[in-house]
Amino acid sequence: MQDKTQKQITLDHGSGGSASSELIESLFLEYLTDPALHRMEDAAVLNIQGKKLAFSTDSFVVDPIFFPGGSIGELAINGTINDLAMQGARPAALSLGLIIEEGFGLDDLERIIRDIADTCRKAEVPVVTGDTKVVPRGKADRIFINTSGIGIIDEAADISSSRIREGDAVLLSGTVADHGITILTSREGLEFQGELQSDTCALHKMVQSILGKLIQSSSVHALHALRDPTRGGLATTLSELARSSGTCMEIFEAEIPIAAPVRAACELMGLDPLYIANEGKFIAIAEEQHAESIIEVMRSFPEGHNCSIIGKVTSNYPGKVVVHTSSGGSRFAEPLTGEPLPRIC
Amino acid sequence: MKYIDEYRNPDLVRSLSAEIERKLTRPVRIMEVCGTHTMAIFRHGLRRILPDKLQLVSGPGCPVCVTPPGLIDAFCRVAGCKDVIITTFGDMIRVPGSSGSLADTRAAGADIRIVYSPADAIEIARDNPAKLVVFIAIGFETTIPLIAASILQAYREDIKNFCIFPANKIMPPALETLMQDTRLTIDGLLCPGHVSIITGSDAFSFLSEDYGLCCAVAGFEPADILLAILALLEQINEGSPRVDNCYARAVTSSGNIKARELIEEVFIPVDSRWRGLGTIAGSGLVPKQRYADFDVTRRLGIEVPELDEPPGCLCGEILKGRKMPNECPLFGKICTPSAPIGPCMVSNEGTCAAWYRFGMESI
Ligand code: SF4
Repeated sequence: MQDKTQKQITLDHGSGGSASSELIESLFLEYLTDPALHRMEDAAVLNIQGKKLAFSTDSFVVDPIFFPGGSIGELAINGTINDLAMQGARPAALSLGLIIEEGFGLDDLERIIRDIADTCRKAEVPVVTGDTKVVPRGKADRIFINTSGIGIIDEAADISSSRIREGDAVLLSGTVADHGITILTSREGLEFQGELQSDTCALHKMVQSILGKLIQSSSVHALHALRDPTRGGLATTLSELARSSGTCMEIFEAEIPIAAPVRAACELMGLDPLYIANEGKFIAIAEEQHAESIIEVMRSFPEGHNCSIIGKVTSNYPGKVVVHTSSGGSRFAEPLTGEPLPRIC
Repeated sequence: MKYIDEYRNPDLVRSLSAEIERKLTRPVRIMEVCGTHTMAIFRHGLRRILPDKLQLVSGPGCPVCVTPPGLIDAFCRVAGCKDVIITTFGDMIRVPGSSGSLADTRAAGADIRIVYSPADAIEIARDNPAKLVVFIAIGFETTIPLIAASILQAYREDIKNFCIFPANKIMPPALETLMQDTRLTIDGLLCPGHVSIITGSDAFSFLSEDYGLCCAVAGFEPADILLAILALLEQINEGSPRVDNCYARAVTSSGNIKARELIEEVFIPVDSRWRGLGTIAGSGLVPKQRYADFDVTRRLGIEVPELDEPPGCLCGEILKGRKMPNECPLFGKICTPSAPIGPCMVSNEGTCAAWYRFGMESI
């Protein structure tokens, strides 16, 4: 029975949780052996003729393709920009690959491309190459998008989860769970949609400002790691950081910002917001004495308004995330396994 | 998170747990029989706050977990039939039967869709008139009224291609069976909050009257749960078992009579097999003869095999509160959420999954 389950790809393998990482480790990394890939960061860091470049790719299959606060087009641009930004890179150019199902409405396609153009303009990162394939009806679900991007990393920046140290502060750039809850509720046609909005946005400008300020005060070394908590949410991302750095992430539930309607929806559906996807937030791990100055930069951006210092790095339980709950208890948070689903009882 | 809720207020929680510590004169075991309680206790880290002498054990409160393996095989068999769309709550999809799960059946080509309510299944039936849309009806008193309503709707609107796979269970007979199990030693029961909204707190009176069990209906916030534990300790110390309703903002003594009438209109009780507990008289529900067409087992003549639970899996013992997940030799080694052996490791509300997700060792 176990063999049978292991012979096929199930949806769990794409959930971003532990089934995904098992697949990556036991298959992809077995055959694809380049050290840049094996570092398993959001973007690969390459040294090409003395220049440090970040290179990343991501595919987007979201359903619904239009949702409150964004569309698949916006996500595709912001997602790849953010992967580059999390290496401290200044995104330079993007590619755009479309797989479209026969019968897809041309006006919907135009709306998506318009969104892509607007998003690129706002982010000041151009699409410079592209490709389109159309597959017969039923062979894809309307439209899938792939984007890749390259970016230039400042000489001085040295951002990697391996630099996380005990005593560091854990910062979060804003509220959690907005994107995942918006998608889930609009997909299921649930009621409280009105107030919910995806948080999709490009984060590179905020990251560049933080780096700029730190470079100016010759303290860029104080910024150790950046990561955007997309699939699997805050808990899964922190857990990956804890594991890869061999440290313990202790976070305080009371300090984690969450929008009231998102929280209400989570309570109603029995979902834990710490495991719900974000598309416009990042975690920064930095030396504690520089945390406040990073927070100041975040707060100066509208999308960083609700930023917060949510916890600290300790050595108490290496590889684990400890959540100190609002009611005074504490618990571990293990990475997501499978899709988070509403309760049934 | 950035809010202070009355029922999550750390000062209140601290003073309640101090009160519990004072009232606790000997080791006490309290069982909860609602998956949402199991989750709440873990999510809020309540074990850390409570004294060691107070042991919290989980009972058969997760509807996915109590579904026996024979039924899962039968679900997969229906899923494999031609022109059938299976609709199910998400958690069910990954529970392994004797030869794979619904997820495996889906990967092999069956049309299986996750829904959040039986009403979604009716929609799918309307959109797919050439297919038979089968809703896997699991869940306790909380979900049964919704399922009854969907059958009535399909009946009224003459939607012929919708039916359910009846696998719902009702809680009181299972609690009675647990009480008759002499090897089970619990001092108090946290009655399930959501189930009680429908049944009313009176539905649990027989436990205190006939079995001398202390009972308290509990809500789901930390203070709700601690208040109910406190009420149980008072009963235990006084030696006067009764049912205290500590969730009065949602639960009444008589419950939701309309919802129960809905259930009675559509369903009749039958004997039903529970994982770990065996067959319990009158604990399951099937549609009445009048609604027999909405029962896929009668419509397609599906037999549900009686199968043993997977070898080595202690889910049955865990569902009875006799064993803790870390006593299962498979826990965390062979059985994990990504390769589950038993349902307790699959469901969001399963005890093994909760232990795994929130840390195997308590902090
Ligand atoms: S750990 Fe797995 S095998 Fe053991 S009781 Fe739990 S679900 Fe069953």
